[in-house]
Amino acid sequence: MKILVCISHVPDTTSKINFTADNKAFDTNGVQFVINPYDEFGLTRALWFKEKEGGSITVLNVGSAATEPTLRKALAIGADDAVRIDAEPTDAYFVACQIADHAKAENYDLIIMGRESIDYNGSQVPGMVAELLGWPFVNACVGMETEGGTAQCVREIDGGKETVEASLPMVIAGQKGLVEEKDLRIPNMRGIMTARSKPLNVRPALEAAHRTEATSYEKPEAKAAVRMVDAENMEELVRLLHEEAKVI
Amino acid sequence: MSVVVFAEQWEGKFKKTTFEAVSYGRRVADMLGVPTVAVVIGSLDEDAAQLATYGANKVVHFNASSLNSFDSSAFASALKEVAVSEEAQTVILSGTSNGKSVVPSLAIQWGAAPITNVAALPDSVDPMTVKRGAFSSKGFVTYTAHEQKTVLSFIPNAIGVAEFPGEAIVEEGSGAAEARVQVKGVDRATGSVPLPEAELVVSGGRGLKGPENWGMIEELAELLGAGTACSKPVSDMHWRPHSEHVGQTGIAINPNLYIAVGISGAIQHLAGVSNSKVIVVINSDAEAPFFKAADYGVVGDAFSVLPQLTEAVKRFKQG
Repeated sequence: MKILVCISHVPDTTSKINFTADNKAFDTNGVQFVINPYDEFGLTRALWFKEKEGGSITVLNVGSAATEPTLRKALAIGADDAVRIDAEPTDAYFVACQIADHAKAENYDLIIMGRESIDYNGSQVPGMVAELLGWPFVNACVGMETEGGTAQCVREIDGGKETVEASLPMVIAGQKGLVEEKDLRIPNMRGIMTARSKPLNVRPALEAAHRTEATSYEKPEAKAAVRMVDAENMEELVRLLHEEAKVI
Repeated sequence: MSVVVFAEQWEGKFKKTTFEAVSYGRRVADMLGVPTVAVVIGSLDEDAAQLATYGANKVVHFNASSLNSFDSSAFASALKEVAVSEEAQTVILSGTSNGKSVVPSLAIQWGAAPITNVAALPDSVDPMTVKRGAFSSKGFVTYTAHEQKTVLSFIPNAIGVAEFPGEAIVEEGSGAAEARVQVKGVDRATGSVPLPEAELVVSGGRGLKGPENWGMIEELAELLGAGTACSKPVSDMHWRPHSEHVGQTGIAINPNLYIAVGISGAIQHLAGVSNSKVIVVINSDAEAPFFKAADYGVVGDAFSVLPQLTEAVKRFKQG
């Protein structure tokens, strides 16, 4: 199976999020970047497909040269080659056009992305790529098996799960469940050494429109100080929730 | 001109966030001075005209049996048909699992600018400018659309339901595309309030010591009509299903009340729950970081505090 895994380069989950003084941009000062956690599940699932039935795994990122360490890490984990499309990923439609354009020329059987990136939480790129290519799309995918050209997927829905079937080639947006956290591959020394000689191809971006623009950034309002309630007085907590907070 | 709303139904019934979507659509339509058209897809056991109460002027119902199960592209095509025939400026969806899946397909099919995770009413409708949640609840970003046509999905329960007097006509919809993905089976947890649209949520962490102790969480949740949730370690240890995991790599929720029992409040957990309007933290460790993010805190052992809270809620409910 020939698989494309798209990787977002995002702030580490423990990052403190700050914005520039004019509130016009995300302040990347002192921020550690990692492979988007949702994408990691997809990368390991792709490795399992390859180990079982052969094939190849290409990892792709739309981003500046600053994202290359993240792509090298994906190569060290086991991807065969990497593609970086050289552009700032500031709009989902623009990014989706880049990925779809790359995929059109490559005959992939499967494109795996994360359900969303943990920075902008857009959850738009996977569905857009599927629609641009005219391929089936399974969002919030927590399980996938293939037989011949058919895929059985499990998709998380509000308060449950759905089992669905589609024909390859297709796009899935994955998350935990595709593989479990304990199954996630981490780079070992040999992987890191071989990653250095694996191809990382930089391609120019396709001209495409930006349909949206981020115009200002703000932090949530700070919470007022916590009000402590005595553990022996739950009547008081219920009274506060009813009369003061008005939530029950 | 119009505003089109996806009036999502689950197993033939509308949920509250559908009414929230229709009333959000109506408020945007009023800003534009145009009518609101709600779109129902699949068979319905309820009266579609009830959407008038929440602001719909017209309801278009796609009743083809091929649309009884979900496919993002087919559902998007039904919405696109209505958006084109009604000359819509914007399409509104609630950010449910299906809503989130439809937005990108619709944006491509209809040639629109999508804005997801919307947290408020638009600042402006020309050009569409609206605030959305980002950085896993650690920030907000205001987006402006560069297209006249837009697709907006909002965070369920972030906006609230509003009622508008009026009546709606119901029309039959047609022309949706065939599904690319076939649904083979649905495994829906019964009897519980599904996240993320729950207005009240009771959540448990490692402090509950094992899955056998979840009866306490479920009893309180049932009494309150709340959904149940859990922290990441609890889902990792399979004490509870992954669909209940709230936090950075689970789901983000936006309830009116979040009661966290035995959860210390790691930054990744806060990322998924800090948009809750009111947070109650119950923890035996007075130094737990979660207290800093809480509105009300109780320092105490879950095994004694939780039953007392449940009893107090029972007495309150009995008046």
